[in-house]
Amino acid sequence: MINQSLLIEEMEAQQVVNERPDFMRRFWKSGTTKLGTILLVFLILFSFVGPLIYRHSAIKAHLLYTDAPPSAQFPLGTDSLGHNILAQLMVGGQSSLEVGFAAAFLSMVFGVFYGMISGIIGGWIDTVMMRIVDIILAIPSIFILLFLNVAFQPNLIIMILVLASTAWLGVSRLVRAEVLAIKNQVYVEAAHALGARTWRIMNRYMLPNFLGTVLVAATLGIADAILAMAGLSFLGLGLPPPTPNWGGMLSDAMNYMFQNSWWMIYPPGLAILTSQVSINLIGDGLRNAIETRER
Amino acid sequence: MSEVLLEVNHLNKYFPLQRGIFRRSAGAVRAVDGISFEVQTGETLGVVGESGCGKSTMGRSILRLIEPTSGTIKFAGQDILALTDSQMRAMRREMQIVFQDPYASLNPRYTIFQTLSEPMEIHHLYHAAVRRKHVESILDRVGLAPSYASRFPHEFSGGQRQRIGIARALMLNPKLIILDEPVAALDVSVQSQVMNLLEDLQQEFNLTYIFIAHDLSVVKHISNRVLVMYLGRMAELASSDDLFADALHPYTRALLSAVPIPNPRAKRERIILRGDLPSPANPPPGCVFHTRCPIAQDICQQKAPEWREVKPNHYAACHLVAL
Repeated sequence: MINQSLLIEEMEAQQVVNERPDFMRRFWKSGTTKLGTILLVFLILFSFVGPLIYRHSAIKAHLLYTDAPPSAQFPLGTDSLGHNILAQLMVGGQSSLEVGFAAAFLSMVFGVFYGMISGIIGGWIDTVMMRIVDIILAIPSIFILLFLNVAFQPNLIIMILVLASTAWLGVSRLVRAEVLAIKNQVYVEAAHALGARTWRIMNRYMLPNFLGTVLVAATLGIADAILAMAGLSFLGLGLPPPTPNWGGMLSDAMNYMFQNSWWMIYPPGLAILTSQVSINLIGDGLRNAIETRER
Repeated sequence: MSEVLLEVNHLNKYFPLQRGIFRRSAGAVRAVDGISFEVQTGETLGVVGESGCGKSTMGRSILRLIEPTSGTIKFAGQDILALTDSQMRAMRREMQIVFQDPYASLNPRYTIFQTLSEPMEIHHLYHAAVRRKHVESILDRVGLAPSYASRFPHEFSGGQRQRIGIARALMLNPKLIILDEPVAALDVSVQSQVMNLLEDLQQEFNLTYIFIAHDLSVVKHISNRVLVMYLGRMAELASSDDLFADALHPYTRALLSAVPIPNPRAKRERIILRGDLPSPANPPPGCVFHTRCPIAQDICQQKAPEWREVKPNHYAACHLVAL
């Protein structure tokens, strides 16, 4: 038993080794992908390592320094309550990235299971499962998100669940389509004829076929989740204060537009923009690398 | 030779037709309709008929890749339609299939070694080292270099892929192999190589074949007996020699007259069938062949012919065949 699993592992490892450098080379070849990766790494370091270096409280109100433009003491200035904007930006990045990655991962896992079950079982169960998806998709997701955020007091976990609740729909459709395409292949029938269980066919035949496509969708899903969370926070339905977040910072700054307080608007705006651009560039790079392999 | 390995009785496979949003039943396609035959250990039963006559559906029904609507299938005395899923999975070691299209029947993401060792993995057979040896010996047996094991299907030609498909069917050392048009997608020169391979393997492993084809000339040289199907039903069953020497059913005669003779001066009467194959969802009344039969009489439109033993071991379903 040990021997056989060792050999299988060895073979699989060999295959991965053969594929990986090729895949990574294609991924890295494009300059825009590099740019995206660098931006995302910067964003992660800024949010998670930044506060360890720049040790200033994000929630302490410096009441003597409200609405202060950038200075030596506050590199990005302060907001109307005297919060240090640089420190806020870092902490806000933490929740954005955590929620974005977690929501995308959760929706990917759930969407894969849902789509796979729907596609494999087929018949009326498939019809019902897919109509449910259609119905939820027919409602603009912003309404669903607003409703859920009003109904539940959002904290980090609930925020993740709420964002994932609409993001899995697309993934499940994608997966179902792939499953249907593979299900009727003759080589799948051959596996049945050999006595393979459905689980094996899902695991060995279906999953490897659509994992790449789903990975691309999930990557782009991270950006969507970050943007959706910023949008909700902007509308005042995000994580409750005093936890800072990018959308909330923008929304506060809107009230001081007339004072020309550009230091309140540009930093969170640029942070949101950077997260979107970097993740989308990476997603595109992944897609190109995967599609080339399949060609 | 006289031992019965497979016994098929009144096998039916109807695909229900549904209409409208409420899925009202609107009849059924009778893909396989009342097929009964026996196959003896070590023999080859050829199954012939034109496209859409249900021969592939029949083959898949025997392996329960498609669940038959009714009928019984006894394999080595055991009713396989009564088996549970897990019993059936175990039974699959005994009965295998080779598919028509060698390009679609191999997983493009698997190496040949993965494809061939998967059957042993599924049934938890042997240790890894033994599996590799086994794969190599079977590859060698079907005429491929053992070093090919690490390659992917796209690196092979159609004939080579079909050899791999045959090797996969052999991995579990089955008793029965259903060959579903195994050479129809291959070049003529490669066809004969694969046919010879199949004959050699049958000798060596004492295999029983059900050889499905749409071409009588392909079936002729490998089959002991031949079953002719038309529109899901049996038209004629006889030993290969008998059938080619003295076909009784007008449909078989028409098929035989279409087999090319490699002699440009040979003259013979061609029987051309008029019209298309009727829809199996709405088969003609009486004898299903009467719409295209060159010798049809009134009785053919009214009464379905019985399956009769016209001569010893030569069966046909036709009113007009003299006893």
